[in-house]
Amino acid sequence: MLQNDLSEKIFSRRAFFIGGLQLLGLSILGVRLAWLQIAQGSRYKTLSDKNRINIKMLAPSRGDIVDRFGVPLAINTQNYRVLIVPEQVDDLHGALRVLQKIIHVEEYDIKQVIKDAARTAKFIPLKIKDDLTWEEVAKIEVNLPDLPGLSIDVGDVRTYPYRGATAHIVGYVRSVSQKDLTDDPILRLPGFKIGKTGIEKTYDLDLRGKVGALEVEVNVIGREVRELKRKDALAGSRITLSIDGELQRFTQKILSQHKSASAVIMDAHSGAIYAMASHPSFDPNMFVRGLSQEKWQTMMDDPALPQTNKAIAGQYPPGSTFKMITALAGLKAGIINKHTTVFCSGYYEYGNDKFHCWKKHGHGKVNLYDALAQSCDTYFYKMSTDVGINAIADMARKFGLGAKLNFELTDEKAGLITDKKWKRTRFGKSWYHGETIVSSIGQGGMRTTPLQLAVMTARMVNGGRAVKPWLTGYSGDNFIGKDNWNDMGISPEHLKMVMHGMDMVVNNEKGTAHASAIEEAAWKMGGKTGTAQVQRITKEQRRLGVKNADLPWAQRHHALFVGYAPIDNPRYVCSVVVEHGVGGSSAAAPLAKELLRQTQLRDPAITQMQPEFIKDVGILQVWPPKKPGVNTVIGGG
Amino acid sequence: MVSPMFIEDDLSFFQRIAKLNYWLITLIFFVAGVGIASLYSAAGGSMEPWASRQLMRFGVGIIGMVFIALVDIKWWYRLTWPTYFLGLGLLLIVELKGHVGMGAQRWIDLGFMQLQPSELMKIAVVMAIARHFHGASPEQARRLSFLIVPALVILAPVSLVLLQPDLGTSLMIIMAGAAMMFMAGAPIWLFIAAIGLVGVSIPIIWQFLHEYQKQRVITFLNPESDPLGSGYHIIQSKIAIGSGGVEGKGFLQGTQSHLNFLPEKQTDFIFTLWVEEWGLFGGIGLLILFLLIFISALRTSLRCKHNFGKYIALGVSVNFSLYIFINISMVMGLIPVVGAPLPLVSYGGTSMLAAFVGFGLMMSCGVYRHSKVTR
Repeated sequence: MLQNDLSEKIFSRRAFFIGGLQLLGLSILGVRLAWLQIAQGSRYKTLSDKNRINIKMLAPSRGDIVDRFGVPLAINTQNYRVLIVPEQVDDLHGALRVLQKIIHVEEYDIKQVIKDAARTAKFIPLKIKDDLTWEEVAKIEVNLPDLPGLSIDVGDVRTYPYRGATAHIVGYVRSVSQKDLTDDPILRLPGFKIGKTGIEKTYDLDLRGKVGALEVEVNVIGREVRELKRKDALAGSRITLSIDGELQRFTQKILSQHKSASAVIMDAHSGAIYAMASHPSFDPNMFVRGLSQEKWQTMMDDPALPQTNKAIAGQYPPGSTFKMITALAGLKAGIINKHTTVFCSGYYEYGNDKFHCWKKHGHGKVNLYDALAQSCDTYFYKMSTDVGINAIADMARKFGLGAKLNFELTDEKAGLITDKKWKRTRFGKSWYHGETIVSSIGQGGMRTTPLQLAVMTARMVNGGRAVKPWLTGYSGDNFIGKDNWNDMGISPEHLKMVMHGMDMVVNNEKGTAHASAIEEAAWKMGGKTGTAQVQRITKEQRRLGVKNADLPWAQRHHALFVGYAPIDNPRYVCSVVVEHGVGGSSAAAPLAKELLRQTQLRDPAITQMQPEFIKDVGILQVWPPKKPGVNTVIGGG
Repeated sequence: MVSPMFIEDDLSFFQRIAKLNYWLITLIFFVAGVGIASLYSAAGGSMEPWASRQLMRFGVGIIGMVFIALVDIKWWYRLTWPTYFLGLGLLLIVELKGHVGMGAQRWIDLGFMQLQPSELMKIAVVMAIARHFHGASPEQARRLSFLIVPALVILAPVSLVLLQPDLGTSLMIIMAGAAMMFMAGAPIWLFIAAIGLVGVSIPIIWQFLHEYQKQRVITFLNPESDPLGSGYHIIQSKIAIGSGGVEGKGFLQGTQSHLNFLPEKQTDFIFTLWVEEWGLFGGIGLLILFLLIFISALRTSLRCKHNFGKYIALGVSVNFSLYIFINISMVMGLIPVVGAPLPLVSYGGTSMLAAFVGFGLMMSCGVYRHSKVTR
């Protein structure tokens, strides 16, 4: 038994040793488990989520752009596409051929689908054709039972109902290009579009909205198993423009009488732009849906630059429309008053130079009102000698010329107001007095945009307030327009005198724009014609009496007109530039008459802008316009 | 003293039933329950295809285990060598014409199940060594010549298993066998020498390893080196375990496992699925269940009056614990992927069969602890 006891003792000892090892082993496992799950838990949790959660972005729907009455200028319409899921068909090529028998599909698209199918996972739907017509959709829907793997999908496509009429203001959207890419992942969404020009570009971030997210659980091969979380995309803000869509369309139509022209209609007090047109225009829908190389080339080759918004980017010598500035500078300097007269013999001599008035044989004795009404150059030539270029240039800048107005459209140009300082810094040369004389009638180096001319006129007729133009009234529900502007400290007396002169331009029988006077008493307009030389009239031409209208188009004078209405209580101002239109009174003033008449007819200013979208306003219902004297509010707002 | 006089053969059937180790049976139920719950979850909350079959096998296995437990241990003593040679024969058959599965020949298709003889061989080796040392005096046990037979008992199946080739199982048989010799009183220096010899021979063994075995070791040492290749399993398993955290993701909520990031989630990686869903609490709970089984086995072993029973009980326990350590260490990235199931938990017939045979023998050692087992 002793031996057994010994054996027993050894066994017990060793058994406990083995038991101890087992305990040790389990302890190691326990510690390791705790290490993985506690110390490393959060790290692995992250890895695990990354493993299984696929975050898909949901594209927000782009905000609408509407006019001041809520009439849509840019909206999203539905684009029907036909898709195919490769894994749901046995024979992809065969399935596409079957579809081809039902609707027309380009051979190129078929090849593209087959190429895409080889590259992507089999459960990802591939686009075969988009922009399907209703007929095509119906044909596919009917045949869907015989077309396994095919489906119809609806996407958004940006549409501009006013087409070319609002192209320069609203702009258009385009696909994201390489250089547009930022850190914002929204830009990488397939089919995402960003604003490339116009309001679409300026308010792109407001219009975009907030991207939504869809968290889907995916398995190891990336197939979606279920939806975990959905944060819906937030649609972009609706942008409400100060534009009156129908007035805009009318303006565009009026301008189309000429080869190349632009016009601005704005509120003299608030600065709201009611219409701003540049002819020729283009259909922005083409850019969204794809533009053929041919059409693109035609646009690029057009000398009238359809893509350029000439209302803000066209820089023209203001010509005689500048005369109010010279007059105001003279009045301020005390060089002239309402009694000052000048004898116009057809030219003004300074030193050895002869400065011609546009009227060969002269206006005779003219005061300020006559000088403005008949656009006598000599009056201003003479006055400018005493006023000096710096005072004129200062007044011009005060009225918004020669500098950008921080307008909402990015392609706005600054124009140019020349003075001594400018010449010295620009050319390092001193100023000649002859340049002052030329500048006094808005020639020489002076350059202004139609928008600036409208602003200039507005500041003259609104009591001298530093109004600036704006297009956007509301972004969503926030009012971002402005209607309260500072007084510039111009003498009301002087402004009244200038306005009287502008009244006479149109309403005095000797006025240069008398032919364009508005007949309706309540709607009478005032204004100023301008004819800007594109190139200097040579002595030879002057001697031969060459008519400007007979010159090649590109050498003819620009025709300008700035106007306001109604005459007694100005509300609307307008500027018109007809490129190479020969004469302000003959080409520009008649357009301005139509525009200001139409503007007062529609009287957009009496309707308070509202951010509410009025859905049931058909675009065609607001056309044709109402009869004069009947104040119907468009859109029932 | 009453007990030596007590003859088990005289026990009635119901007395034997009463003497079963119900504590151990309860523990087995719990562990198997963990397995069935995990298989239910692995199938995405369905009894099919794994949980139902596992449940059936469990039922059959429990009955088989009780049957083995109720047979007098001396009968098993007598059946030791036939069992051992049957196992060896089956291994040979596998070697000669086995069903090709998992890149290695390990199965015999019995029609109703695929039998893996190497699993049964582990039990047979335990039995054979226990039988060899039964009644041997401490002096005998310390004699080197006395160790030749157990060495052969171990090496014969090991060489066959290595041919399959299945390194993991080979090592498990060697370790289980060595543990048997250790508990039976083989000299300590032998084990120290053996450990030293292993250390020296590792570079030599490396030469003979198959490419996939080398790959497993390499990726074990640096799993991130090949995240989409061989290291993928370890990384995904660790992510699943770690992301479970303390409380786990909840039953049926284990994303890693359900989304197929986890390979063979129903077999070798069942522990991963369990702790991903039940967290540290579940994991530690399972480890405690295993610890209680070890304690129960140790108690059975120590209380057994005959050496054969002592060795069998502890040997089965050692064998069981080797499975557990290897499987769980593997899924937690402590050792290379060796392809060992978690007994009673993993889906699979043979491993469960082997576990129940082992526990049946262990319980028989308890029921018949006074049995006179004669050489």
